[in-house]
Amino acid sequence: MASQPIKPSLAGNASQSQRTSQPGLRYPSNGKTIYHRPLNRSRTQELSQASFAYLFGEMVSYAQKRVTGIQDLEKRLNVQGHPIGLKLLDLLLYREPPRTQNRPLNIIALLQFITTILWRHLFSRPADALEKSSNPDTPDEYMISDNDPLVNQYISVPKEMNQLNCAAFVAGIVEGVCDGAGFPARVTAHSVGKGEEGELWPGKTVFLVKFQQEVVEREAYLPKN
Amino acid sequence: MSYYFAIIGTQDNPIFEYEFGTSKQGGDGIARFPEQARHMNQFIVHSSLDIVEEVQWGGGQMYLKCIDRFYNNYVSCFITGGNVKFLLLHAPSQPAVANTTRASTSIAANPTSPQIEEAIKQFFTEVYENWVKTIMSPFYQVNMEVKSPVFRARVAAAGKKYL
Repeated sequence: MASQPIKPSLAGNASQSQRTSQPGLRYPSNGKTIYHRPLNRSRTQELSQASFAYLFGEMVSYAQKRVTGIQDLEKRLNVQGHPIGLKLLDLLLYREPPRTQNRPLNIIALLQFITTILWRHLFSRPADALEKSSNPDTPDEYMISDNDPLVNQYISVPKEMNQLNCAAFVAGIVEGVCDGAGFPARVTAHSVGKGEEGELWPGKTVFLVKFQQEVVEREAYLPKN
Repeated sequence: MSYYFAIIGTQDNPIFEYEFGTSKQGGDGIARFPEQARHMNQFIVHSSLDIVEEVQWGGGQMYLKCIDRFYNNYVSCFITGGNVKFLLLHAPSQPAVANTTRASTSIAANPTSPQIEEAIKQFFTEVYENWVKTIMSPFYQVNMEVKSPVFRARVAAAGKKYL
């Protein structure tokens, strides 16, 4: 208190006294806080894709404003998605029926949660493929493919930036889910479409999930069930 | 029975704490920890975190039941998907010597009985619902302290309802 400058005006005093009665907190006029709202979503409350595309376009250009390169831009998109993943993990577990309301304990269970429950929640369909890296040197890498990522539908990447994949935002969400569940990982998005004429899935994206060493080590200790 | 409830973040940092007493069997909802032992509650709860980290990989259940005991203090745990731990320390009041036979069969005297386990589960489930609502706030970041008086009131109500 002492460090703050004293406002001489009456209005300042009034707001000061109001603040002491309710320290720093104001309720909405209808008295409803986030705690009064239900956590379950009904089918009809889906969002318009047009408004999402507009918002996402703005998010990309916002992230683009202060970046040094494509990697930095993807990093920023990843960071925007990360907290969403942390929150969705608990929200989606809460919505599961009590019998299957289990925390994922191994990598496969976690990735299945991501490719089915998380993907269905975000994009109304499961992911198109889930593969383990066939390279024996990288047993900690898994790949989730999406043939046509919803976030990229209205994003056109200029030729000189063809390294960029804005699904880095989705990679951030996936990373958040992994980190939250206790499986620290690095997730990146890669375009695999070759840009050829008549390609079936030109926007196909692979999310490369690279778990940290300790996760793989723990996996070996835990009993298989 | 007296209760001490704490929410512990992913970095073993306390996020929320609340102390209350039983409202069942004519209880007035006021915690009656002995004054010399009250400050120990935080230590007891935090020392059980090591056990939580062992037990949490044994099964996918969120409710881990009673995991630790320190003299007359029992610690029950619930772990969320995001690795946040709800820990409830419950200390049954010492039964009076005169009516030991009656007290030993009542719920309060046996902290690991199925009835008490179920009551704590219901308490945790209700807190979990409010916890998910808390983290759904776009301004809430992981491991931030929960200061909302509404959340505190909800936890108090859940404690009153089930414990």
